Amino acid sequence: MSLDIDTVRKVARLARIGMNDEELTLYQEKLNTIMGFVEQLGEVDTDHVAPLPSPVDITLRLRDDEVSDGNYASDVLANAPEQAESFYVVPKVVE
Amino acid sequence: MTELTKLTIAEALTGLEKKDFSAVELTQAHIDMMEKARHLNAFITETPDLALTQAAASDQRRADGQAGALDGIPLAIKDLFCTKGVRTTASSHMLENFTPTYESTVTEKLFADGAVMLGKTALDEFAMGSSNTTSYFGNVINPWRRDSDPATDLVPGGSSGGSAAALAARLCMGSTGTDTGGSIRQPASFCGVVGIKPTYGRCSRWGIVSFASSLDQAGMFARTIEDSALLLKSASGFDPKDSTSAQKDVPDWPTMLESGVKGRKIGVPKEYNVDGMPAEISKLWQRGIDWLKEAGAEIVDVSLPHTKYALPTYYIIAPAEASSNLARYDGVRYGLRVEGEDLTDTYEKTRAAGFGEEVKRRIMIGTYVLSAGYYDAYYIKAQKIRRLILQDFEKAFEQCDALLTPTAPSSAFAIGENEDDPIKMYLNDVFTVPASLAGLPGLSVPAGLSENGLPLGLQVIGKAWDEQTVLQVGRAIEQAASFTAMPQLNMQKAA
Repeated sequence: MSLDIDTVRKVARLARIGMNDEELTLYQEKLNTIMGFVEQLGEVDTDHVAPLPSPVDITLRLRDDEVSDGNYASDVLANAPEQAESFYVVPKVVE
Repeated sequence: MTELTKLTIAEALTGLEKKDFSAVELTQAHIDMMEKARHLNAFITETPDLALTQAAASDQRRADGQAGALDGIPLAIKDLFCTKGVRTTASSHMLENFTPTYESTVTEKLFADGAVMLGKTALDEFAMGSSNTTSYFGNVINPWRRDSDPATDLVPGGSSGGSAAALAARLCMGSTGTDTGGSIRQPASFCGVVGIKPTYGRCSRWGIVSFASSLDQAGMFARTIEDSALLLKSASGFDPKDSTSAQKDVPDWPTMLESGVKGRKIGVPKEYNVDGMPAEISKLWQRGIDWLKEAGAEIVDVSLPHTKYALPTYYIIAPAEASSNLARYDGVRYGLRVEGEDLTDTYEKTRAAGFGEEVKRRIMIGTYVLSAGYYDAYYIKAQKIRRLILQDFEKAFEQCDALLTPTAPSSAFAIGENEDDPIKMYLNDVFTVPASLAGLPGLSVPAGLSENGLPLGLQVIGKAWDEQTVLQVGRAIEQAASFTAMPQLNMQKAA
């Protein structure tokens, strides 16, 4: 199967990457090459196989539910493009 | 002073201990080489002042009898490891001005053992690539050149190409890398150095800019197996800050290297004999098999039937995880921001400007395979095949102790080659991706030169947590190969 231009536009939107029509066409071609390549996975019978999300058998650990870190707002904000009074500043989201 | 840059780490540690030279002298020798080799573009950020300060402190520690396991050894750090107070870019415009306020666990451990940081090395943007041609900061040039065509600049491999090139050119004594699908082993092969990716979970991922979290693993470049073992020992170990870090003791690898391979069983997977493999790669592989046989190992034919599905599986799983990980670059908390009309427009403009083409392509693939209606057909399907690939390895390891394969299907290629078709570029990792999907330790060791005078590596893959055998087999190949060739145009300015 191949991705039509509307699907590519939708994916770009979901990924929050701005693209003009020319770029969408370019990406459509490359994405279809890659999706064509992965299509061969359909040959493999996986009916009774469980998905493997992580390669190594590591059980996630639990730690005590207590504060172990924090209280350095200036470090957290040090790389913010815009900040004010210990807050990130974003464009207006509520009219 | 140039001779100091030709020492191995083990030799340098002996020289420092015997006071033949100081850490400051050793570091200065490498800083001088870095200045002469700027045309390679191996470093994004050089930190000579920091290096000399660290080296002076190291000399003081040694004088006080407090020297650590790597004290005074100048290293290069892949610019994917967060370094406190030193810009960390991931080779992306997005993080061009990002200066971490914390240190990655791996670099913290290396520094705690006394290592000196010379600078941050270039990589493919966000570690996505096999050629170092997707960096926002320009291509890295491999110090090696073709005998027949010395004017053409070759790629160092990727993604950890800057780390491999810097080491091959004697700009550092060792370097860090990360390997998601081959990003340590393939550049090690292309640049004629040793590269080891340990078992997933062996080195902490904390403070490493994420690409694909179930695959990303830190590792090391060095010029000898012994040096690799020294560096890996320092960088490994449990870290509560990484949820997939393994609670396992770190063996004393440097003292275990000389046991030989007598009586060990080495598997040769027939499926790695891929169509169109160049004759010189097949020949190198056979030579490696013969060497191990001569050293007393028993060669066993094994089968990894799902090998051909590893690359397509990887190109679903890695982009899926990348699309999720890279969602954090929103122009709000850190990194680039391009102002838009509203918040969504700001996101879209920021990410359009901040990411390069290959990164966008992978985010798009990942977003697509995770989107409603395709999740089961692609993402879950790939995860199921990932289990079959792991089971292939488990079955093979019932018959043998380690596997021997070529590292890459070619030697270093020219900058610009393989750019027209993404699949052609992806095929570089055909021999390294399967072990990544299975989380297994893998090592590339220089084994010879191509007909054109370029280095070629052999890959050793081991059982989970058995870096020891991987290093021992690597050591046996190193001894048999006695690879002493140096990059021929090491210090010559590019045309």
